[in-house]
Amino acid sequence: MNQTALLVVLLLTLSSLAYHFGRKRAFAVSGGRIRTLHSLPAYYGLYSALWSILPALAVTAIWLAMQDSVITGMVVAALPPDLSGLEPARLNLLLNDIRNLVAGNIVSSQPSADVLAAADRYRSLQGTSGFALFTTALGLAAAGAWFGYSRIRPEYRSRNAVERTVMWVLIGCSTIAILTTVGIVLSVLFESIRFFHAVPVTDFLFGLDWSPQIAIRADQAGSSGAFGAVPLFAGTMLITLIAMVVAVPIGLMSAIYLAEYASARMRSIAKPLLEVLAGIPTVVYGFFAALMVAPFIRDSGALFGLDIASESAMAAGLVMGVMIIPFVSSLSDDVINAVPQSLRDGAYGMGATQSETIRRVIFPAALPGIVGAVLLAVSRAIGETMIVVMAAGLAAKLTANPFEAVTTVTVQIVTLLVGDQEFDSPKTLAAFALGLLLFFVTLVLNVFALYIVRKYREQYE
Amino acid sequence: MSETNFASAEDKMFARVEAGMKRRRAAEKRFQWYGRCAVALGLTFLVVLFVSIVSNGYTAFWQTRVTLDVTLDASVIDPQGSRDPEVLRAADYGGLIKATLRDMFPDVTGRRDRFALYGLISNGAAFDLRDRVLANPQLIGTTVSLSVAADDDVDMLMKGHIDRDGAEADRRIKDNQLGWIDQLQADGRLERVFNLDFFANGDSRDPELAGIRGALMGSVFTLVVTLALSFPLAVAAAVYLEEFAPKNRWTDLIEVNINNLAAVPSIVFGLLGLAVFINFFTLPRSAPLVGGLVLTLMTLPTIIIASRASLKSVPPSIREGALGVGASPMQAVMYHVLPLAMPGMLTGTIIGMAQALGETAPLLMIGMVAFIADVPNGVFDPSTVLPVQIYLWADSPERAYVEKTSAAILVLLLFLATMNAVAVLLRRRFERRW
Repeated sequence: MNQTALLVVLLLTLSSLAYHFGRKRAFAVSGGRIRTLHSLPAYYGLYSALWSILPALAVTAIWLAMQDSVITGMVVAALPPDLSGLEPARLNLLLNDIRNLVAGNIVSSQPSADVLAAADRYRSLQGTSGFALFTTALGLAAAGAWFGYSRIRPEYRSRNAVERTVMWVLIGCSTIAILTTVGIVLSVLFESIRFFHAVPVTDFLFGLDWSPQIAIRADQAGSSGAFGAVPLFAGTMLITLIAMVVAVPIGLMSAIYLAEYASARMRSIAKPLLEVLAGIPTVVYGFFAALMVAPFIRDSGALFGLDIASESAMAAGLVMGVMIIPFVSSLSDDVINAVPQSLRDGAYGMGATQSETIRRVIFPAALPGIVGAVLLAVSRAIGETMIVVMAAGLAAKLTANPFEAVTTVTVQIVTLLVGDQEFDSPKTLAAFALGLLLFFVTLVLNVFALYIVRKYREQYE
Repeated sequence: MSETNFASAEDKMFARVEAGMKRRRAAEKRFQWYGRCAVALGLTFLVVLFVSIVSNGYTAFWQTRVTLDVTLDASVIDPQGSRDPEVLRAADYGGLIKATLRDMFPDVTGRRDRFALYGLISNGAAFDLRDRVLANPQLIGTTVSLSVAADDDVDMLMKGHIDRDGAEADRRIKDNQLGWIDQLQADGRLERVFNLDFFANGDSRDPELAGIRGALMGSVFTLVVTLALSFPLAVAAAVYLEEFAPKNRWTDLIEVNINNLAAVPSIVFGLLGLAVFINFFTLPRSAPLVGGLVLTLMTLPTIIIASRASLKSVPPSIREGALGVGASPMQAVMYHVLPLAMPGMLTGTIIGMAQALGETAPLLMIGMVAFIADVPNGVFDPSTVLPVQIYLWADSPERAYVEKTSAAILVLLLFLATMNAVAVLLRRRFERRW
């Protein structure tokens, strides 16, 4: 990796040299009269610099991405037939050993002579590839610089060429958002499809039993593993519901109070303070829920003779609700402020009190926006991970009792994927299926909520 | 006749309105109180959260240390007298510490009692002693006064988290240990000092040795990667979308995508990182590089949205002025619009970085949750980050980790507060109204 850094530094140096000489040449070809140049001299410099660095960088990136698989292929081809004929899983283990040997790490077992030879081969191929990359990239950079340099003439429109390139770079950057979405969809979709080969979709969506333990040997107890996700949905819904019961009234009422009643001074103090709640990392809320709120709820339940689980849905839901308060309140605040003053004035003119105006006029007018805000908050609560990982339970239980321990979709994703697992066991793949579901549900909620909010805004603009 | 009727009807009406007014005014009062209560509740939660974390955490910045007079017996450390660093490194320093303890409490016999006695001192004491000897081999043969960390249970006792009067069976410190501790205290050998270890050490299985340095460095490396990637990418994307993009299906699609990505649960980005960066590109697990890549994708929408708002607030007259004196559209943006929009973009970036600093869930997915005692030295070293460290400590059963967790939270919140304060200052300083 240090080699790569060195190469990049060398390429950057080369291109800055190209810039310097390109600029000089622009001065030279103009014969001292810059007016005769089409573009400013710096653009001629940039032109050669771009020619020098872009092709070389592109080649380097492709090379580095391909290098590993090409070298591995060559090493495998050179293995003796009894090794290269192994089944894929074993072959992968062997390749891991070889790579570890190359990196100088500890390997799982005493390597055989063949493996050592393969490691040597791997290392020498790596060396050759590194050297070839260096010469190719530097050669390309030099050639590109020369090409750019040689095209410098007073009438050459270098600014247009440079700006065209910059524009393509900008366009490239703006497509990253799409690439990310595509990446998310493809990565969770592929793994989910593999999961659904092992477990039917209907079992997953409608099954009432979730116990993703898969026995290693076929004769062990509970060897089948059950992947019915309904208890997870129920748990997620329960915790989300509790969170909303906390967050919506408090968030909405504080938004109304701060927007309609509070003095400017109080507003300027209370609003940022409430927003601090949104800036606190979720792991802090998780700690708070697990160590302060849950024991408190359990103990106060014990006072009334109630038996409350120490990982009750109540604790997680309450704290999640607190986290979402500023989310609801700032979104509703926007919505309430967008209601035109004329509606308020009309209501006051009819003799309505302030609260009547708010309840009978402003609230109905703002309702679509508030619904949108609540939907966004629901999607936040469904996707929230750390609070539930730390404060909710692990065992999937189908219950509507907020004082029992339930588990959620995100908790299961984390427990299935943290730690060492085989990557193609249904247990790991189930996490991706849950992720797909989570992505899909939050996406629908968000699109719908944003649509409502936008529609509503247009109404008053 | 009819007049009186009329008057009484009027009176009735007034009475009804009067009664209604009373009700309406009461409703108005009530409504206002609901609002006040909601705001007060929200603020109360904030206060409770902070008070509970500060009251749990502030003690972690102090540590109980024990002063021991250790005789550095040459026959134990370096029997041959070679002063070879290899020999010095391998010597039995733990034995020396134990011997010192036995000398201090000569009446402790019996295996179990001795074990209990050794348990008062942290396992790290032997390493402290070794480092001291390695740094200065001349000490061998002399008696040095060494201040070592006490075991976490002793520390908890001194901080009052262990009840001296509780039943012995439920107490982590037994009665005989209590006696020794009291004696140490009477000798003035116990002291409470600022906990430097907390800031200088990596993670450890021994609470008294565990520190946040490793996690902090991991967070720094991760954030550097995130910043280096997300800032240029976001600015470029925002400039294109706001200044140059034609209004068509494609740019609409990009826009919808950005808005949706901003609301995708963070754990989904973790799944993406696991499937793409680790399994497809085979980048190293647990590395800040991968963490930075994932967080880049996660923070990009935030920064892009803020940057676009900032670009939008630059008045068109600036662009028109630049175009009017002959600048190309690209030049107008690069030399005139972008510098004016930069403070707003930086503010958005800092807020995005603060979000990335506090993020935990996606990093769990890419393996940054392993127990790593070493402090990472680069973006390829396995490491963890501050929020994940908090998560790991919160899961540990020892009482001392509650204190450590709260202290780590305090450090994290301090960083977040600083970042947000910088963002606010930047906004105040450079905010311009045209």
